[in-house]
Amino acid sequence: MTALNQSILTLILLVPLAGAILVALLPDRGKLPNWVALLTSLATFGLTLHLPAHFNYGLSGFQFEINRLWIPSPAIYYRVGVDSLSLWLVVLAGLLAPIGVIASWNAIQARRKVFYSLFLVQQTAMLGVFISLDLMVYYGFWELSLVPMAILIAMYGRKDGPKAALKFFLFTFIPSAPLLAAILWLYAKTGSFDLSMLQIYVASGVLPAGALCWVALAFLIAFAVKVPVFPLHGWLADTFNEAPVALAMVVAGKLGLYSMLRFHIGLFPEQAKAMAPLLVALAVIGLLYGACLALVQKDFWRLMAFAALSHLSLITLGIYGWTLVGREGAIYQILNHGVIDGALFLLLGALEIRYATTQIDAYGGLAARLPRLATFFVFASLAMIGLPMLNNFVGEFLILSSTFTGVSKGWAIAATFAVILGAAYMLWLVQRIFYGSESRLAGSTSAVDLHFGELAVVAPLAVLMLAMGLAPSLWLPAIEKAVHPAIRIFDAHPQGATHLFLSGEAQR
Amino acid sequence: MNTVPDIYRILPEVILTLTGVLVMLLDATIPLIWPRRPLGWVAAFGTVAALWTSLWQLSLPMGTGYYNTIETSPFTVFFHVLICGIVLVSLLLSLDTLPENSHHQGEYYALIVFGAVGMCLLTGAVELLLVFIALEISSIATYILACYRKETPRGPEAAIKYFLLGSFATSFLLYGVALLFGATGTTQIYEIAAKVATAPNHLLVVAALGLMLVGILFKVSAAPFQVWTPDVYEGSPSPVVALMSTAPKAAAFALLLRVVHEIFPSLHALWAPLLWVVAVLSMTVGNLAALRQKNVKRMLAYSSIAHAGYLLTAFAGLGTSGITAASFYIAAYAAMNVGVFAVVTLVGGYEDKRVMIDDFRGLIYRSPLLGGLLIFFLVSLVGIPFTGGFFGKFYAFSTAVGGGAIWLAIIGLLNSGVAAGYYLRLLLVAAQKPEDDSRIAVPQVGVAVGAGLLLAVAATLVLGIAPNDVLRAAEAGAHTLQAPQTCPSPMGNILQP
Repeated sequence: MTALNQSILTLILLVPLAGAILVALLPDRGKLPNWVALLTSLATFGLTLHLPAHFNYGLSGFQFEINRLWIPSPAIYYRVGVDSLSLWLVVLAGLLAPIGVIASWNAIQARRKVFYSLFLVQQTAMLGVFISLDLMVYYGFWELSLVPMAILIAMYGRKDGPKAALKFFLFTFIPSAPLLAAILWLYAKTGSFDLSMLQIYVASGVLPAGALCWVALAFLIAFAVKVPVFPLHGWLADTFNEAPVALAMVVAGKLGLYSMLRFHIGLFPEQAKAMAPLLVALAVIGLLYGACLALVQKDFWRLMAFAALSHLSLITLGIYGWTLVGREGAIYQILNHGVIDGALFLLLGALEIRYATTQIDAYGGLAARLPRLATFFVFASLAMIGLPMLNNFVGEFLILSSTFTGVSKGWAIAATFAVILGAAYMLWLVQRIFYGSESRLAGSTSAVDLHFGELAVVAPLAVLMLAMGLAPSLWLPAIEKAVHPAIRIFDAHPQGATHLFLSGEAQR
Repeated sequence: MNTVPDIYRILPEVILTLTGVLVMLLDATIPLIWPRRPLGWVAAFGTVAALWTSLWQLSLPMGTGYYNTIETSPFTVFFHVLICGIVLVSLLLSLDTLPENSHHQGEYYALIVFGAVGMCLLTGAVELLLVFIALEISSIATYILACYRKETPRGPEAAIKYFLLGSFATSFLLYGVALLFGATGTTQIYEIAAKVATAPNHLLVVAALGLMLVGILFKVSAAPFQVWTPDVYEGSPSPVVALMSTAPKAAAFALLLRVVHEIFPSLHALWAPLLWVVAVLSMTVGNLAALRQKNVKRMLAYSSIAHAGYLLTAFAGLGTSGITAASFYIAAYAAMNVGVFAVVTLVGGYEDKRVMIDDFRGLIYRSPLLGGLLIFFLVSLVGIPFTGGFFGKFYAFSTAVGGGAIWLAIIGLLNSGVAAGYYLRLLLVAAQKPEDDSRIAVPQVGVAVGAGLLLAVAATLVLGIAPNDVLRAAEAGAHTLQAPQTCPSPMGNILQP
């Protein structure tokens, strides 16, 4: 077991990559790429489950850590590890991969080989982002995650894929240029890309404060685009509209929010705290704006895009509200959002395959014909709205109540209003698709209900939503551990910091 | 004290010259009806031999030969290997893409090899007159190669433009050499380096620096001396463009490194801001112009101007780190650029029938191999991690940041964001579903060109994943350039007045 513990993170990175290469080498015959991709992603998921099983919840700091020199000059280390912040995110990323494969099973008909091998590369990059602790390695995976995404959007776009892909790529690539400049500046000043070392350097105050503000801002903007935070969401709707379902599931949210927690707040707590009021304001605007736009969309992918903007803004609010409880809720909400969006996207994708349209108007009265699909969709929608006993309720409650008590009553009221709007657009969507009089499309097309593969994915997800709603205590204690040091780091004793800093200096 | 026979110092050049002569003689003696393709293999084997000899030169003690005119050091070996590698891939590419019945194939292969002689000599020469001769050998070979498709109107146009502007620029370099001779009384680089700081006529030295920079910057197609590039690249055969967009530039950058770091380190305050401006201009002009191109070859021509700009940011770095970064960037740029031109050659054909961006639509559907390779090289040109392009940019910009030129790095990074726009456009067009399947079939990838592509892919990947060894080699080269050179015997200089 200890040998596995020492190499588990490398394995988690290598398995999907090996799968990608295998898919690329095998012939593109029938469903062979699908099966290889499914088995690979299931194996990866199994490996990620090893982490919570063998994680020592009593300790803070990184576990399963690997730290090896990769390039001596400049000193880049292959340093990976998980702590209680990234632990469940890695598992979530592992969980979403087989779901993505199932969602693409029938949707992707041409060039399966290209699709699945790029999908697995994207998977590798995403897992890499969550576990790298060396800024250069992190940046590498961060950039790498863009390429397969852009290519797949271009290849499988519904109407104008290349345009959406270009928009997505430029929106996310250009802000990463200042990010790289900031990382290089940090390296020029400290001689290290290591997250922990840099934390000590920043906390010790040896770096010029004025420049640090700009560096922190460069980090923030790169992450905010990826989340996205209002007003940097320009790419989101087109991307959701064009991206294959499996990729739309993972494109927004997780990576950016995690990076904010780890590399913006984690690295520059003071600078981040100074920016927090602005982000809280932007988050509430994004919440309301996303909810209002979701109400008027005619296409369900665009509706989901603005719903995502709204929900991700709520998480941003939790993170930058700068309260312990709020941040705990935010991290929990990242997981919830991943699970619920995974289920909803799979179901909407299933609808699109069956009826070949994404226009909400075309649907109506499907509940009688597709009872299972309708049931699960309603269930996931209720979870998304934040019905008590389901998972979103826990996260939303933590964020909203902490905003009310710890940030500002005005923002909390505005945010709660937006959450109510969220219920409106989701329930209205359910009503227009599944209830009411049967539309011409629903009457004329004979569609089958969810098949076994889809059921095998959706049902566990529904159970998970219920479990995460009923027993958040399974997850929250670990998350709490992640929040504490992040909040507390900036009242770290200057002497302690200097001491560490000096010992770090002595090491090199 | 110099026990190494002089001939060892120029062994790679000797081998290349003999190969070229052999190819020419064979071409003249074998019957006209025989295929000329084997001549290409002869040239390729000669190049491999030269490459291997260059590596062997590492075992020689560092030093000069032939009256201090030619140097062998880790620096020269680095560039010799790089240039021979590029020439090899270009030869392999030509072997499969030159039409079987095209005229003067023997001359074509011989000229490539002779060009390589000039380029290799240029990186090793420590005597300014030899530098000039080497530059002319390499340039004249490339001028002729640019005109190889003389039946098309664009071919001679490209060649004439290249020739006239190129000769004009070379004359600047020669004028600079003359002024430097006037100021210091010698043309041997080490001796000039020793005298340049204390030269009685400082103005003469400054003028010499300026004139030499103009000549070299023309050769690397840096703005504002870039106007010839797109026309020449568009008119020349694609395998030749693969060669001339990389190998002569690598040689010219080696010369630039030598000139600024070995001859004029005392004038750092003068050339550093100058190169700063040239770098910013090249990146910006190259990228903005590339955004509007519809012809892939022209787009890549502007992209090469931009890359010259990124490379020049490394000159803002201090000491060895700057030289190392520049050397590494040249290697990375060469690997990916040769690769991308190889794909363009295969898709576009020798006649350049399909070189518009639209012609690449659905390439990945028509030929997954070529499409995948195109995407791979473009991704590297964008500078995505785990490819050579990323580490090239990374080292160039981080050395610039280390040298205090943070704005240069930021401008460079923003420029690479702009550049992503046009690379991505081509990449996405290649990934798009073709509108009709009745497009002309893409040619099969032959053995020779396959080997060449494999080399380019391997080099790009190695530079992106395990750059240590190349970096160490570049660093060793940088140290030799930075070390104070002492002339073993000043009287040995043949041009001693």
